[in-house]
Amino acid sequence: MEIIVCIKQVPAITEVRIDPETNTLVREGVEAAINPFDMYALEEGIRLRERYGGWTTVMSMGPSQAESALREALALGVDHAILLSDKAFAGADTLATAYTLACGIRKIGVYDIVICGLKTTDGDTGQVGPGLAEELGMPHVSYVRRIIDITGKTLLVERSLEDYYEEIEAPLPSLITVTKEINEPRLPSFKGKMAARKAPIEVWNSNDLGGVLDRFGIRGSPTQVMKVFNPQPRLKGELLQGNPKSQADQLVKRLVEKRLA
Amino acid sequence: MSNIINIRVTTEKCSGCGLCIKSCPFNCIALVDGVAFIQESCRLCGACVSVCEREAIVSESKNEKTGTIKYSGILIFVEQRKNVIAPVVFELIDKGRELADRLGEKLECVILGKDVKQQAEELFHYRVDRIHVYDSPFLEEFRDDPYSELLVCLIQEIKPSIFLLGATSEGRSIAPRIATRLRTGLTADCTGLETDSEGNLLQTRPAFGGNIMATIECRNTRPQIATVRYKVMKKAERVSAYKGELVCRDFDEKSIRNRTWVKKVAEAQGKGEASLTEANIIVSGGKGLGNPEGFKLVKELADVLGGAVGASRITVDEGWIPYPHQVGLSGRTVRPKLYIACGISGSVQHLAGMQTSDIVVAINKDPSAPIFRIADYGIVGDLYEVIPEIIKLVRELKEQK
Repeated sequence: MEIIVCIKQVPAITEVRIDPETNTLVREGVEAAINPFDMYALEEGIRLRERYGGWTTVMSMGPSQAESALREALALGVDHAILLSDKAFAGADTLATAYTLACGIRKIGVYDIVICGLKTTDGDTGQVGPGLAEELGMPHVSYVRRIIDITGKTLLVERSLEDYYEEIEAPLPSLITVTKEINEPRLPSFKGKMAARKAPIEVWNSNDLGGVLDRFGIRGSPTQVMKVFNPQPRLKGELLQGNPKSQADQLVKRLVEKRLA
Repeated sequence: MSNIINIRVTTEKCSGCGLCIKSCPFNCIALVDGVAFIQESCRLCGACVSVCEREAIVSESKNEKTGTIKYSGILIFVEQRKNVIAPVVFELIDKGRELADRLGEKLECVILGKDVKQQAEELFHYRVDRIHVYDSPFLEEFRDDPYSELLVCLIQEIKPSIFLLGATSEGRSIAPRIATRLRTGLTADCTGLETDSEGNLLQTRPAFGGNIMATIECRNTRPQIATVRYKVMKKAERVSAYKGELVCRDFDEKSIRNRTWVKKVAEAQGKGEASLTEANIIVSGGKGLGNPEGFKLVKELADVLGGAVGASRITVDEGWIPYPHQVGLSGRTVRPKLYIACGISGSVQHLAGMQTSDIVVAINKDPSAPIFRIADYGIVGDLYEVIPEIIKLVRELKEQK
């Protein structure tokens, strides 16, 4: 089975700040990591290989620094790592990102299943997975919380929707996005870390991918960010004093005033 | 150089005859599932467009790109399950009506499902100008392929300038497929929608777990597509009479692609249990409960207030309570009228999932817990002493009534 996992390197969320003068994100000195949701995708990609054999390839689009995220993935046990990196890819929105990843996956050529995380913690859209499936002309199942079985060319999964679960049958190749319920991601082993240090990472640019140049990066992105700002801070709250009985009393009075109790 | 910026196949019309495959000088059209599929290597020459006898291949030229003239109206996806319309739809309609009035355009809705005409007619009470109904047993269950396929066809035909969906699981699953197929912009999880002086949609949304807000535009392609977060916008008011047009749309099931099959369905909630995203009141428990038994007290408070039970990530990871209860970045994003955090310190990840709640109450032993910084009412104390007092008082109140 040929398994492809798509990941993104993101800034660690606790570090996010906006430069009040330039109104842009402060990225300097911010630690980068694999998008936490992608850890579940990686784990599932490795488990599928352990269960059904084959190869697990990890792919990411990003600047050259994203190589460190791919090394982390190699340390966990994926077989190959490919970085799609080119100035032409910069400023991509979800449409251009999905297109670029699709070009990369087409270049790999053979694949049975593509796995993506639910969403990223920076963009927080969850759009690249289903968009990528559409670009690749394959079906997708989002919010997968369990892969029940893969037999022949059929994938059976459990998906979690708004208030219900579904068992879905899909053909291979398909794309799935996975939730954190699907597994418990492993930690890298010492041996894995050592091997990952020296493992080769393929880097593909826009020439390697072929494709239409106008569809990459900012040129291929129909959406533009016009403004970035901090949300309005909440008004300062009130600390309710006294013993538990009096605290409860004050709280319930306020809830009654607001018609909440 | 041609002016073409996009070529696509209307799969509904394609007979799979293969004429276009022969016409392509770059050898980039293939038959996939019996219909023509244009691959990424397409050079946008347009040769295939003229040879198609069924007009199934459509091209868009650069002049059309600024198609704000051609594209008009606001279309809303009416999500329904078991013939109950998702509550976010009424909020979309209110916002859609406001935008339509401001732009001097029409407000249209589309509903897909089985026996949904009655639900469709009910929508006229919310001042919708036109409602498109796809009514078929084939559409009883939500499936990504046929739902997105039919919506793409409708959009290509009626050409709305704005298309809105709820930022629900279903909406967020099909919207990227639709936007990708139409090669247009999509903004996820919007909390604000306005228009600029040229009539472009200004879409405001939180990013980085709500730590920043971004305003996004899609100036050069249409439609402008957005998924909109539930409980952020006002609900439309029901009026007694409004004259709109109902359009029943027939389609050939066999021509609509479907590749995934629903084998089994199970409800996530027990009967009478409030769902987290819809609850007006949520009482959440965290590590400060000390043990799984603590959720009994949390549930008792939630029950007496008529709310749902939420949880922090740690309690879910420890197995004290199942995942569907988890609030936060890796769980549910909620926006109730009242959120009571019991023994939750308030990590950035947890705050990301609940900080837009109307009123936040924090009960925690540790006065330096970050949750107090965003709480409207803070109680520093032992939750096992405070919560029983609250339950008692609320019960007394109810008995008085």
